[in-house]
Amino acid sequence: MAEAREDVIRCEGIWKIFGDKSRQAMEAVRSQGLSKKDIREKFDCVVGVQNASFTVGRGEIFCIMGLSGSGKSTLIRHINRLIEPTSGAVYIEGQNVNAMNAEALRKLRAEKIGMVFQSMALMPHRTVRDNVAFSLEVRGKSEAERARVAARAIEMVDLTGWDAKYPDELSGGMQQRVGLARALAADPTILLMDEPFSALDPLIRRQLQGTFMELSAELHKTTVFITHDLDEAIRIGDRIAIMKDGVLVQIGTPEEIVTEPADDYVAEFVAGISKLDLVTAARIMQPFAAHVQAQGPQDTASWPVGRPEMNLNELVDLAVGTDHPILIASEGKPVGVVTKRALLRGIQGREEERAA
Amino acid sequence: MADKTFDWLNPFGSIDLGIANWADGIKQWAISNRDLIQPTKRFFETVITGIESALHSVPPLVMLAVLVLVAWQTAGRRTAILVGACLLILGILAPEAWGLAMTTLAIVIASVILCVLIGLPLGVLAGKSDRFEAFIRPILDTMQTIPAFVYLVPVVMMIGIGNVSGVIVTIIFALPPLVRLTSLGIRGVNPSVVEAARAFGASPGQILRKVELPLATPTILAGLNQTIMLSLSMVVIASMIAVKGLGNEVLRAMGRLDAGKAIVGGLGIVMLAIVLDRITQGLGRSGRDKGHRHWWQTGPVGLLTGLFAKRG
Repeated sequence: MAEAREDVIRCEGIWKIFGDKSRQAMEAVRSQGLSKKDIREKFDCVVGVQNASFTVGRGEIFCIMGLSGSGKSTLIRHINRLIEPTSGAVYIEGQNVNAMNAEALRKLRAEKIGMVFQSMALMPHRTVRDNVAFSLEVRGKSEAERARVAARAIEMVDLTGWDAKYPDELSGGMQQRVGLARALAADPTILLMDEPFSALDPLIRRQLQGTFMELSAELHKTTVFITHDLDEAIRIGDRIAIMKDGVLVQIGTPEEIVTEPADDYVAEFVAGISKLDLVTAARIMQPFAAHVQAQGPQDTASWPVGRPEMNLNELVDLAVGTDHPILIASEGKPVGVVTKRALLRGIQGREEERAA
Repeated sequence: MADKTFDWLNPFGSIDLGIANWADGIKQWAISNRDLIQPTKRFFETVITGIESALHSVPPLVMLAVLVLVAWQTAGRRTAILVGACLLILGILAPEAWGLAMTTLAIVIASVILCVLIGLPLGVLAGKSDRFEAFIRPILDTMQTIPAFVYLVPVVMMIGIGNVSGVIVTIIFALPPLVRLTSLGIRGVNPSVVEAARAFGASPGQILRKVELPLATPTILAGLNQTIMLSLSMVVIASMIAVKGLGNEVLRAMGRLDAGKAIVGGLGIVMLAIVLDRITQGLGRSGRDKGHRHWWQTGPVGLLTGLFAKRG
């Protein structure tokens, strides 16, 4: 996007060390730069999150991907301060969350942040409607307003007619829809999704991902989405952060993560991911000038023409009808050439052609 | 005993820390400060007599019908029949049995109300704080295991014989399960639900009222049931300090070796226990077990509201 990016969430150097002596451990990390192992041995403390910094822009979906135990659930809980950082701070729309008093924090949680949990965490003694309206109820909103808002949120997740039921009368997928409705009810700026679809079976998961993406496209909530499933992260995320052992290893767009993994760990993760929808022509093409230099001037009139932002899938569609390479043009001017060889290597995820 | 030579193999025989004297000193202090205690005592005395005379003023058959309806409401039709049968047996045991049972019931009700007022906050505190739990646990153990005769005398010295002392003695014995089970219930609430409540901006008080207490209710009511049963089991001991009622019958029968009278008193206590137990157990089953029907949709009230709804 061309317009100036506005950061809604800004995390600065967040450390979370669990244990009785976390303060001393933090001091030691600052002064001596101890490793995780040293901290465990010397202070009997566990490092949950290690120096995590990132920003999330307005309307952006930011995925944090990591295996279980990587600290991603700990990290997301810093954003609404369910967990206090040992060091570092979180800013939401420029306000320091860690400097807020209890009342301001409660107001922020109830009005600005909606959260969805892996375990659903619905209240079993409340009806769907009362679960959804919970954040309004704690703010002391009137009965009529609660009913109106809850009805709207329940409609958004296609559960109209179920509002008088109790959570245990609903299937897992429906329960998580209630969880989503509860998070959306107060019309918050920010959505925190802590592995919301992980506990569901694959079919229902896909369905709910669909629901979520539709709602997301419509509502433009700034979202932090935790998952251990890279496919899910790529499908949903505008940007992805890969987390390992409490460290954010790499932050980038899905394409960047897949094509330029920062280290072997990330590379291993993305190895099995299909590049067809992720990699664009701009990444695999040979610049037009270089092509002309290497092959001499050619008659490109009969070549198929693509655009730089086309993905491999679309390039394959262009390539199957002809023997010629594909000409990539931007605003009517040729900017690059994608040969068959480059295309095939691109699908494989290797970029031999370009390096050569 | 000070002139006795110290024996290394039996050191305990020559050590006297004077705990008995020290405890006796507290008693002496209480006796000399009776004036402080008397107004409080009079207040509780009026409350207990109030409950008692209220129970006595209801004609037995009306009371029976009310209790059967309450049982039907809280625990269902089957239990209502059982409760009715128990109350009938209680009534026909002896001509005076019903009146004695109401006197006993009054003491139990007064004790249980005070137990709830004291026990519920303590239990919530113990459920929230590990430290308080660790502090109160040995006290609760002591209250439950120390023989009642030990505190019978000091309580009588301080407050005198009668209903108020009876209630105090009963509370000491019957309070612990309510505190324990309230704490257990609060601790048993799914932490992820509490976290969700926090994430949506609930204050600690709101979490307690809207999440923790409702979810802990079945466990708390199980504790209440235990408290009621224990206070009923204290009636014989309480009768030693001039508390009237069924317990007194058993005590007097013991003194006269009158087995017949003892059985009347004893059976009366058992019948009362069954009635109270079944009614409170019915309360303890949560709405979710009953298929999410509200209390006003079931039992006799449900029947009535159903009738009105049909007409409306």
